[in-house]
This record gives sequence, structure tokens and C-alpha cells, in this order.
Amino acid sequence: MPEIKNMTLNFGPQHPAAHGVLRLILEMDGEVIERADPHVGLLHRGTEKLAESKPYNQSIGYMDRLDYVSMMCNEHAYVNAIEKLIGIEAPVRAQYIRVMFDEITRILNHLMWLGTHALDVGAMTMFLYCFREREDLMDCYEAVSGTRMHATYYRPGGVYRDLPDSMPQYEVSKWKGKRRVKQLNENRQGSLLDFIDDFVKRFPSCVDEYETLLTDNRIWKQRTVDIGVVSPERAKQMGFSGPMLRGSGIEWDLRKKQPYEVYNQLDFDIPVGTNGDCYDRYLVRVEEMRQSNRILRQCVDWLRKNPGSVMLDDHKLNPPKREDMKEDMEALIHHFKLFTEGYCVPAGEVYSAVEHPKGEFGIYLISDGANKPYRVKIRAAGFAHLSAINEMVKGHMLADVVTVIGTQDIVFGEIDR
Amino acid sequence: MIHGIDPAVDNLCARLEERFSEVTGHCEIIVDQIIMNIPADALIEVATALRAEEEFAFDQLMDLCGVDYSAYGEVDWQTQTATSSGFSRAVESHALKIASQAIDKRFAIIYQLLSLKNNQRLRLRVFADGEPPVIPSVVSIWNSADWYEREAFDLFGVLFDGHPDLRRILTDYGFIGHPFRKDFPLEGNVEVRYDEEKGRVIYQPVTIENRVLVPRVIRDDGRFGSPEIEGSDHA
Repeated sequence: MPEIKNMTLNFGPQHPAAHGVLRLILEMDGEVIERADPHVGLLHRGTEKLAESKPYNQSIGYMDRLDYVSMMCNEHAYVNAIEKLIGIEAPVRAQYIRVMFDEITRILNHLMWLGTHALDVGAMTMFLYCFREREDLMDCYEAVSGTRMHATYYRPGGVYRDLPDSMPQYEVSKWKGKRRVKQLNENRQGSLLDFIDDFVKRFPSCVDEYETLLTDNRIWKQRTVDIGVVSPERAKQMGFSGPMLRGSGIEWDLRKKQPYEVYNQLDFDIPVGTNGDCYDRYLVRVEEMRQSNRILRQCVDWLRKNPGSVMLDDHKLNPPKREDMKEDMEALIHHFKLFTEGYCVPAGEVYSAVEHPKGEFGIYLISDGANKPYRVKIRAAGFAHLSAINEMVKGHMLADVVTVIGTQDIVFGEIDR
Repeated sequence: MIHGIDPAVDNLCARLEERFSEVTGHCEIIVDQIIMNIPADALIEVATALRAEEEFAFDQLMDLCGVDYSAYGEVDWQTQTATSSGFSRAVESHALKIASQAIDKRFAIIYQLLSLKNNQRLRLRVFADGEPPVIPSVVSIWNSADWYEREAFDLFGVLFDGHPDLRRILTDYGFIGHPFRKDFPLEGNVEVRYDEEKGRVIYQPVTIENRVLVPRVIRDDGRFGSPEIEGSDHA
């Protein structure tokens, strides 16, 4: 009988199913994984060190680039940390806008996750369906901040500007004829809130479509049920959070347990899994999309009824109006000081966490009283999740590694920082 | 408002001080968050107790990070003498130290703990002595510490005694130095480029220069001083 040797397989760093630049060293016995050793850091940019060399506001844009599929949630944790240290709170309308965009972001993230996860496992159609809805949500980003991804929309003391009254329109081009453009622009005639309202109405039927394709699908179940099972004890021990923790049956959501902004005034449920396998985590995330949709509806209703300020009227923190600067010396000086020096945050330290689509996203901020942070530490959910990959894939087949990477919802922007 | 101390936090703080009176002094509370300073040699004992005892039940280690306090309170520009000396953009870094804010020990490791059962958070701060600084590893208590300790070792050069596999994690293969130390330059020491003659990628000293566009200043003008003043006297 020939001697069978263990094989070491190099997976990545450039692999379409690695969700970025993940290099996995797999020690295999035939097709069974014995040990997985992830090599990360290929996307390390030193965000935390860069943030130490810049005034507070200039790092908000870096936060978008951490987990680049849930941009505004990253900003939220950072902005919250600054606000806590200074001791201010954003106006209620700004809090509702933040919550609304957090939930838009959650849907964006989960759609991206669902599309790519299903694609990895072998369902091509999901990818196309998910990106169809993502397009609309990215248009919301664009309408409110001018960019489709890296918004830099949240600021200490509120949000950069109020919701716009009109939506950007499609234009006739050589790829899109008149009739198609008219059809595309149909739900873009009103304000941003009208557009989101329209989205909220049709999104549940979209989720039904995804579920029709996957939930009872034989192949999908074969690939995900009982794969990467994590017990509740192990999930806690390995620092899991978010859907990874809830998939294992632990009822824990910062939006409910340690509510920030206006989450305690909104009505939504937290889905929890039972088996802690990839299928349960799939069900949890799909239900989260439905719940986010519920939150969106409540935010739209509230925002329609309650106009008001979206930024604290504090020109030590945010710039005065252009018109004021033309006539008011004080306003001009404030503007100058803010953009040449920024603002100083009182000495102290704070850890501020938000329920990010992937789990707990925290910013640990130390200030020594200067206009730049002394130390910023980003607690990325994916970092803890990926460190558990060895335990999750041990004894599984090679193809299941891809499923586990998918279910962990890995994005390297936040893991490598 | 935000500044009022939450009674649950206050209560936890008192219980911690009583339980660990032998190893820790007074716990600090900043923005409703507790910071417990403990010496490195008591870390394992305290961590085990915090995780195991029902009263605390800190079953999750959410984050672990290093901090280099060597430049704490350093500024590029002394604000008091601003008008006499003037100020040009892109200043050389003078590293003026504001003595009152200095912290004497250089490296600290911060542990962010979370108790799912009691819904409470706690932060441990452990200062590391020596060069290289050494701290006992908590991997056996919280398994999630594995990668976090590797990261702190990689970025700050803090050694974790008892860690099963202390390798670099975020920096490049063969990287030299610990980039998040305050004496490590922002632009780094080496850069890579493709060398046509040698036909491979080579390392060479950096050719870029760091320009400080906004100098680091500390202003204590009482702007955010106390909650009473705040909000009443803006602009």
C-alpha cells in the first residue's frame, strides 16, 4: 500500500473565494483539513497610526475604508467615541438619520454577503439579484453624501447635511434609451425619503425572492447545514459578536442591550439561531434584513414628521454657514481655526462600540487633550471571527473552507486595518 | 446627561475595588466606563477571577491592544507663545512635553472585557516593564486573545509570556521594527520597488518625507470644561 502523506496547500492570497487578500495555509489529509493557518495583513495600511497624525475630523474618511461594505457604521463608532469624550449628543433628527443609514448599511452589507456567499457555494443568480437592490441603496448614499461608498457623512455633533429634497436622475445615453430612463426614474421623482419609502415597500418581496432560491434549496442546505458548527461556549470564548454569536443561539445585540442613538425607541426583533452552523447564520442574517427594513420604515415616518437641525450649533466643532462667513468676523475665524487646527478633545479615554453588520465594531480612543487622537484602536469584528477559522474548518472538506469564509462575512479592510 | 455616573457602573466599580483591593488601587471612571489598573504579576489571577466569578462573569475579551505612552502630552507647538514666535505650516516636530500630563511607564496593554450575563463592560490596564516589555499571556483564559496578543507583539514589541504561537501578524514577512511605537516614523524605514536590473522587487530606504500639515497642539481653554458651562457660551 502506498504511503499517504499530508499535503500543505496554499490558498490565496489572490483567490476569488477568499473575499479579499487572505492567504490560508491548509494542512490536509487527502481532502480533509487538519489545520488552517491564515496569514493576514496583506492589506495593512496602518490606519490607526495614520489617525494619530491627523486632526480628528480628517480620519472619518478613513473609517469608511475599513470595512468597505458597511461604511457608515464604521464612521458611527468613531464619531460616537469623539462625542462621548467631548460630552455632546447629536440632535434627535441627526440620530434618526444615523440610525436610518446604519440600517441601510446593514442591508447593503448583508446583500453583499448573501450574494458572494451564495456565489462561493455555487448559486450564481443570487449575486445578480442582490446587486440589483444594492444599487438602489448606494444611490441613497450618493444622494446624501455625493459618493456611493466612502461617504464621510457622520460628523461629531450630527451629520454633514440634511436629507436632500430630490434624487439624482438617470440620463439618456447610448446604453439607456428614453423609455428605459423614464422607467428607472419613476421612483426618483420625490425626495430621498420618498425613494427610501418606495424601497422599503418592495424590499420584503425581494427578500422573499432570495429565500425562494435558497432557504429550501437542497444543494444550499447540503452545503451549509452542519458546516462550521460553533457552540455558544466556544463562540463566547473566541470573542464572537453580531450574527456569528446570534447564530450560535446567544441573544445579544448592542442595539437592544446597550442602545445608542434612538434604537430604544424603535420596534424591531433580534433573530437568534439554534445550531450555530452556516445555515443558521444564513437565516439570522436574512431575518436581520427584514428587521432592518422595519426600522427603516419607522425612521422614514419619523423623519417626515419632524424637520429640524441635523448638526449641533457649535462652531468649535463644525463649520459655520458660508453666508455667515461673508459678514461675520467670528464665523470666519471659527472656520479658519477649524480647518487649520481642528478641535481639541479633552484628555481621557473611551471605548465606543456599535452593532456593526458584522458584529461589534469598537473604537478605543485615547486623547491627551490635543487636536489629534493619541491612540485609536479599532476593534474589528472580523478579526476575532477569522482567528477562529482553524477551529471551524478542522475536519471539514476543502470546499467547506470557502463556505466558512463566506459565513464569517470577512472583509479585509477591517481585519488588516 | 452623559456626564452623570450610571449607578450600575458605580456599583461594579465599588465591588471591583473591594474584591481586588490587594492588587489594585482606585478604579477610574471616565464617561461611564471603568478602568482598572493592575500590575502585570497579578494579571492572571485577576483575569481568572473576573471570568470565573458569577458576580463579574466577564466571559468575553472583546479587544486587547497596546499603547505606547512615551509621547503622551507632546505637542509640536506651544500655544502660549504663539503670537511672539509666529507659526509656519509644515513645522518641524519639536516634541514639547507638557510635564503634568506625562505617564512614567511606557507600554501598557489594554483589555476590553464584556460580560454578556450582567451586560457590563470593564477595561483593564496593565503596564509592562522592561525592554522588551513582557506580560503574561491570557490566551488560556480567553482564547480570543490569541491573535490580539500577536497583533500587540507585532505593532508594539510587547512579549506575551505563555503565548503558544507568538508570530507577527499584520506586518510583512521579514519586517523589522514595531511600527506603532511612537519612535517609529510614520513614513516607515524602507520601501519596495521593482528593480529592472536585478529583475526582482527590492527594499530600499524610504524616499518620501513626512510633512506635518496640521501641528499637534493641546489647548486647554475650558471650552469643554464642565457640563454647566458647555452649551451656554458658544461663539
